[in-house]
Amino acid sequence: MNPRILRNLRESAIRAFFFANGVVAVIALLGIFGILLYTAFPAFREIPIDEFLFKKNWDPTSPEKVEYGILSQIVSTLLVTFGALLLAVPIGVGVAAYLSDVAHWRVREIIKPIVEILAGIPSVVVGFLGIVLFSPVLASLFGTSHGLNALNGSVLLAIMALPTIISISEDSLNAVPAAYSEASLALGATRWQTLLRVKIPAALSGIMAACMLGMGRAIGETMTVLMATGNARAFPTGLLQSVRTMTANIAIELGEVPYFTTHYYSLFAVGLVLFIMTFAVNLAADVILNKYQEREQ
Amino acid sequence: MRIGKALGVGLVVALVAVAAVTSVTAAQRSKMIQIKGSDTMVNMVQILAEEFMAKNPNIPIAVLGGGSGTGVVGLINKTCDIANHSREIKQSEYEQMAKGGITPREFIIAVDGLSVIVNTKNPVKTLTMADVGAIYRGDIKNWKDVGGPDKAISLYGRQSNSGTYVFMQEFVLGNKNYSPEMKEMNGTAQIIEGILKDEAGIGYAGVGYLFDASGKVRSDLKIVDINKEKGAPAFSPLDKKAVDSGDYPIARPLYQSTAGKPSPDVAKFLQFVTGPEGQKIVEKEGFFTIGPAHQAQNDKNLK
Repeated sequence: MNPRILRNLRESAIRAFFFANGVVAVIALLGIFGILLYTAFPAFREIPIDEFLFKKNWDPTSPEKVEYGILSQIVSTLLVTFGALLLAVPIGVGVAAYLSDVAHWRVREIIKPIVEILAGIPSVVVGFLGIVLFSPVLASLFGTSHGLNALNGSVLLAIMALPTIISISEDSLNAVPAAYSEASLALGATRWQTLLRVKIPAALSGIMAACMLGMGRAIGETMTVLMATGNARAFPTGLLQSVRTMTANIAIELGEVPYFTTHYYSLFAVGLVLFIMTFAVNLAADVILNKYQEREQ
Repeated sequence: MRIGKALGVGLVVALVAVAAVTSVTAAQRSKMIQIKGSDTMVNMVQILAEEFMAKNPNIPIAVLGGGSGTGVVGLINKTCDIANHSREIKQSEYEQMAKGGITPREFIIAVDGLSVIVNTKNPVKTLTMADVGAIYRGDIKNWKDVGGPDKAISLYGRQSNSGTYVFMQEFVLGNKNYSPEMKEMNGTAQIIEGILKDEAGIGYAGVGYLFDASGKVRSDLKIVDINKEKGAPAFSPLDKKAVDSGDYPIARPLYQSTAGKPSPDVAKFLQFVTGPEGQKIVEKEGFFTIGPAHQAQNDKNLK
């Protein structure tokens, strides 16, 4: 055969192979969404959708009155997640700026691997720390009788989201062209002014993406919040209240629920709502990223 | 054409191989007795199974926890041979079994006194059955209403897949909802962990959890005496006589159930559990042994 034809054939085979790899992710996503939709849908034959989304009480095994309202869980999930971001974003961006601009390279070589190890700690271990370490500390700090509350969950999730926020923020700070800071310094700005007014704004899209990814990590985390937040069903009135997140609720109840009952379907419906929430977060992150990139060009 | 043929042959070979592998594992699985269910019972049944296997090495047994509901659902879905459950089978579960053509046989293998525990710094010694119910329903919210200090009560309980949760709800709460403020813990060990640190805490646990590794009653927990009404004599769940006679109000039987007549291997295990050797282990694990009435019922179920 003509060697040229052979080479072209190989080229297109390789192209097809990588295209197939790319498509796998899309198929997986569509498959998961399809199964969630298919399994969640029967729940709404018996539960009115507005009751499901806007009622506070969830008690599918109640001997008095069976109720399927997930508002408390949605609010709890958001409370714990935003609490975590409030702690993790300033610290994470601060560490990233320190690593990229201030730290001596030797210090950086030590801190970077430690941050990466932090990402590898299993969530069940973090949750255990929440029970034995943070719970008594938070209790004595805030004068409550116990520390199994939303704040405990937020602190733990902040720890878990930090590695993501730090590494991606640092990468985007490093990606800012050296000419920017050189120009700023040449105009007489201090290093602090350069970092704050030039480098961080230039890297903002990456930093926002880092925060969004950290949020995605926090919103979907299950084991840690299951262990540390107390799982009370009441509508949360503050960070010192025991709360039950959507993920914890699914994890608690899916193991025992009889198959193909309203309770079973409703747990998939909770999963569907969670999926839509994380999807919205990621979509928002993408839109923001694109806007900033357009402006830069 | 030739490629197609080769593919066809390959596919057949692969299918046969897969079938052979799966049939082998299925055979092994069917030989292994699978036990699933109540977390209250899992430690005791694990030790019973180990002792039994030491004597009958050709009958392997696997024991898993997960809660009574998990065990009973396991019988319905045919993922276990024996379900451990610390509550009765619910009407809805009976109906599901009937749909699958299963008539369960229930064996009572031990009796558990559910204990109410508080922090050692809590001065409250005695509670009535009605107090405990009102506390867990959220009707009583402060310790001062039951003779304690002026502190908000902090509730610890199990999750809805736990037999202990359902037993408390039916037996002590009078089939009413738990307070939504109750912290729902992932296991009895976590309830105890919470009570150890929480001066305003109250929790419930099977009697088996009140002993430390050397078999002594734990001194870092306070076990509340329970009476039937105010002024009546109060009893401790550690008082075996009071539990047997029903003077201690919060006591319950522990079950092992099978889907229909047990197979010879399973029957052999159940005979061991309900026999003198098994009951000695039951007692050593902190539960109470069964009486002659339960024993007679068990013998009838084996046939």
